[in-house]
Amino acid sequence: MAKPKIATASLAGCFGCHMSLLDIDDRILKLVELVDFDKSPVDDIKKFTGRIAVGLIEGGCCNEENVHNLQYFRENCDILISLGECAIMGGIPAMRNTIPLKECLDEAYLNGPTVYNPTGKIPGDKELPLILDKVYPCHEVVKMDYHLPGCPPSADLIWQALVALLENKPMDLPYEVIKYD
Amino acid sequence: MTENFEKAIREICSGNADDRTRMIDIVREVQQLFGQISGSAMDIIADAVNSHRVEVESVVSFYSFLSEKPKGKFVIRLCNDVIDKMQGVGKVAKAFQEELGINFGESTPDGKFTLEWTPCIGMCDQAPAALVNDKMMTRLSSDSAREIVKSLKENEDEYRLIHMLGDGNNANPLVNSMVSNNIREKGPVIFAKFEAGKAIHKALSMSPVEVIRDIKTARLRGRGGAGFPTGMKWEFTRGAEGDNKVVICNADEGEPGTFKDRTILTEKPDLMFEGMAIAGYAIGAKTGVLYLRGEYAYLRPFLENVLADRRNKKLLGISILGKTGFDFDIRIQMGAGAYICGEETALISSCEGLRGDPKNRPPFPAQKGYLTLPTSVNNVETFCCVAQILDKGAGWFAEMGSTGSTGTKLLSISGDCTRPGVYELPFGTTVAEMLVKAGAEDAYAVQMGGPSGQLIGEADFHRKICYDDVATGGAVMVFNNDRNPLEIAHEFMEFFCEESCGYCTPCRVGNELLKERLQVIINGKGTPDDLDYLEQLGKTISVASRCGLGQTSANPVLTSLKNFRGDYEKLVKENKDGMQRTFDIHKALATGEDLQGRKSVIYAE
Amino acid sequence: MSEKIKFTIDGVEIEATAGQTIMQAADEAGIYIPRLCAHKDLLPFGSCRVCTVMVNDRPQAACTQPVSPGMNVESETEELRQIRVNLVEMLFVEGNHYCPFCEKSGNCELQALGYRLGMLAPKYPYMFNKHDIDASHPDIYIDHNRCILCARCIRSSKELDGKNVFQFVGRGIHKRVAFNSDTDLAATDVSVTDKAIENCPVGAILKKRTAYAVPIGKRKYDSQPIGSDIEALRAEVK
Repeated sequence: MAKPKIATASLAGCFGCHMSLLDIDDRILKLVELVDFDKSPVDDIKKFTGRIAVGLIEGGCCNEENVHNLQYFRENCDILISLGECAIMGGIPAMRNTIPLKECLDEAYLNGPTVYNPTGKIPGDKELPLILDKVYPCHEVVKMDYHLPGCPPSADLIWQALVALLENKPMDLPYEVIKYD
Repeated sequence: MTENFEKAIREICSGNADDRTRMIDIVREVQQLFGQISGSAMDIIADAVNSHRVEVESVVSFYSFLSEKPKGKFVIRLCNDVIDKMQGVGKVAKAFQEELGINFGESTPDGKFTLEWTPCIGMCDQAPAALVNDKMMTRLSSDSAREIVKSLKENEDEYRLIHMLGDGNNANPLVNSMVSNNIREKGPVIFAKFEAGKAIHKALSMSPVEVIRDIKTARLRGRGGAGFPTGMKWEFTRGAEGDNKVVICNADEGEPGTFKDRTILTEKPDLMFEGMAIAGYAIGAKTGVLYLRGEYAYLRPFLENVLADRRNKKLLGISILGKTGFDFDIRIQMGAGAYICGEETALISSCEGLRGDPKNRPPFPAQKGYLTLPTSVNNVETFCCVAQILDKGAGWFAEMGSTGSTGTKLLSISGDCTRPGVYELPFGTTVAEMLVKAGAEDAYAVQMGGPSGQLIGEADFHRKICYDDVATGGAVMVFNNDRNPLEIAHEFMEFFCEESCGYCTPCRVGNELLKERLQVIINGKGTPDDLDYLEQLGKTISVASRCGLGQTSANPVLTSLKNFRGDYEKLVKENKDGMQRTFDIHKALATGEDLQGRKSVIYAE
Repeated sequence: MSEKIKFTIDGVEIEATAGQTIMQAADEAGIYIPRLCAHKDLLPFGSCRVCTVMVNDRPQAACTQPVSPGMNVESETEELRQIRVNLVEMLFVEGNHYCPFCEKSGNCELQALGYRLGMLAPKYPYMFNKHDIDASHPDIYIDHNRCILCARCIRSSKELDGKNVFQFVGRGIHKRVAFNSDTDLAATDVSVTDKAIENCPVGAILKKRTAYAVPIGKRKYDSQPIGSDIEALRAEVK
């Protein structure tokens, strides 16, 4: 029987959650015995090669590409997990959510004290994905099945949650691994 | 100028004995004089009454009739409750906006006018209605709205707005109001003939304990909605330690759809005040307070006159009816626009010059109430019953109604019915019988007891109006088949969000969340899971909230969900593809597209 | 002198002194009832409602409800646990709580309750309302984004500091803590040594230049759930 597939994505995140995933250290060998890695920045596979058992999403949605990617994951994954604070609540990028978008962009590209921008324009190349009015937690865009908090979630949390899911056991997470920072 | 400003404010404070417990009166007067309570006014008040600026700010920011920012000379407050909306307040609102050239929440640049929304002002039977300063404007149309603005611009006098006077005492020069009583059915208790002084005379021939015994024998229960036995409340208050006790009459009827106390205050104030004096005698109180909702300020001169008259007749004051040692008088405490002050401990806070935050219980008001004195707070209608019980006998009263609910109940009926108004009906009347009387045979849903009560459908119309079956404080709103129960519930959730004092988490936050998810369902974006979400959230709010407002605030959702589940189920859909229907990518992109001057390629419309 | 009262919490019989609240009696008996607004040095307030318990089948706040003989108190039921999670989640979505960079993280009572109650993520939508920040004072920093309106600062200032620096203004969801000044916090008589500053359960009121002093792993709630200190008494009581 083929091994179940795992896929990961980093949306509006810092890749810290992915680093934490790699922090499971030698347990990664056991993980590879349990699963095949599919689409993920870790192995640079760009397209899904089949139905995915578990998708891990780092980061919230701050632009159209994030939304598109997240929806693509939802279509292809049986279980989708919000991994880390940004996926869960937008995280640091969501600090802009209480400020109008124009003010944010003006500050970032025109008026900020460290800005050097002789064009006096906000970058708008068509290759750049369009920005959303605010940063959306993943579960506001698609249905998320689980949330693993932390900034980043600890390697132990990711490991224990993944193993429980793959072995179809209840997620019995000890106190020490649930952290929001 | 500045000196005069300070002098005027200090005079207002000294006029209230520089007493910080009279803060509501002080800030009301400052508001009236200057159209605002500015930061510098707060500093002066705080200094005069030996308080702190932030304490004054705390009070000012709590009540909707008070404002730190300047208000116009004429404040037009248009009622936006569900009944007014059904009666076409939208057109009236548009007319006001057009005539004044401002939106709601704004003032005209010349400082003459402020236009605001306000929750129920007790005129559902003659909606749409508005307050222009203290003046009540009823049965508004877009034409009359334009005339109001025109007249105010020409004459600068809200008194000249009153063209046609209402019936009964509404035509009394001291009331001078266009409000109609709309008393549709008079019963044997509240609207029966009553001779001032007769009941108190009888009470004084008995001992206070005997008076309480009579109230208990009559099995009188509070008419405000909760239905606590009045005699027991009095007994607790009488038995509490302390020589100085207080009787408070709760005339803060703010439950949307309620206007029954308005008719008592207009037509039967003697009966009510007599009941208060009897309560004073029974519990051993010297102080009486009538807490009158700010919206009913137009009745105040008239009520003050009734009180003066009763003092002349020795029915109030020192040694009432010659009885040495029985001294009792009543003052009127005005509210300032806060529904929560109908909750008895919030009402006491407000009487004490504080924010209308409810207090922790215990101690109960009967033990430690107004200014820590043992206090009995009773409803307007309850005091009326008291006077009649003393006059006509406990047995006479107990024979009416049903075992657990004796006497009659005043109902204020409005909405989709041909005869809106006030009905005095014996307890035990069925909802169906009531609907026939009101001309509402085609009712689809009936809100019994206002937003904090329950929304019931035909399956429950056979039930009886009484404490043990369909309990109600008196508000009845009728809705026909054209109305959507979810939208009705949403209106009420808006109301509770607006009126929550914000003290406790479940009421402050939970109601906002309940309202949000209800709107999702109304918008057709809900899933069956959302119904469980509403139930769970509603239950948390009911169980964990600190006072009666919070404990009942989820009722619009919980009872409509129970009794009109089909209307909810019609609107929700399973989420099969896992995409959240509440997320609208085009809306989320609109600002970005606008700022960048290009359209999304991925999500081309 | 003081009368002893017996009652049960979750079936455990405990002895209390007349006049105590359920929470005080439970604390002494080593039974932890979750709470946020309650503080041992302050008068009961009853605003967060996290300590809601069932007393003879009726909900009451354990922090304000006095003990009475024979009362049957239920606290650790699934129903109450769910209500407490819901309340904590409400507070998480009402404010803007960025645990990842908050100076109070690891020592925050709101966060610690989330941990203890097993909250992974709030089920409610984040409100993302705008709240003010006041950094005017040389030694104190106030971030209303993190305020849970527990009134500990207001009460501490009045009850313990003999001042009146803070008070609530507004109502409903617009309710917030204001300062006794016409401008900012610096214009009040607040001092960094005030109990009002120390008693904030979250990161809303902080002393400047004291942040991140304790490394991750050694902070108050990193490995010990909130309430462990009270529960440690239980072993002794037994």
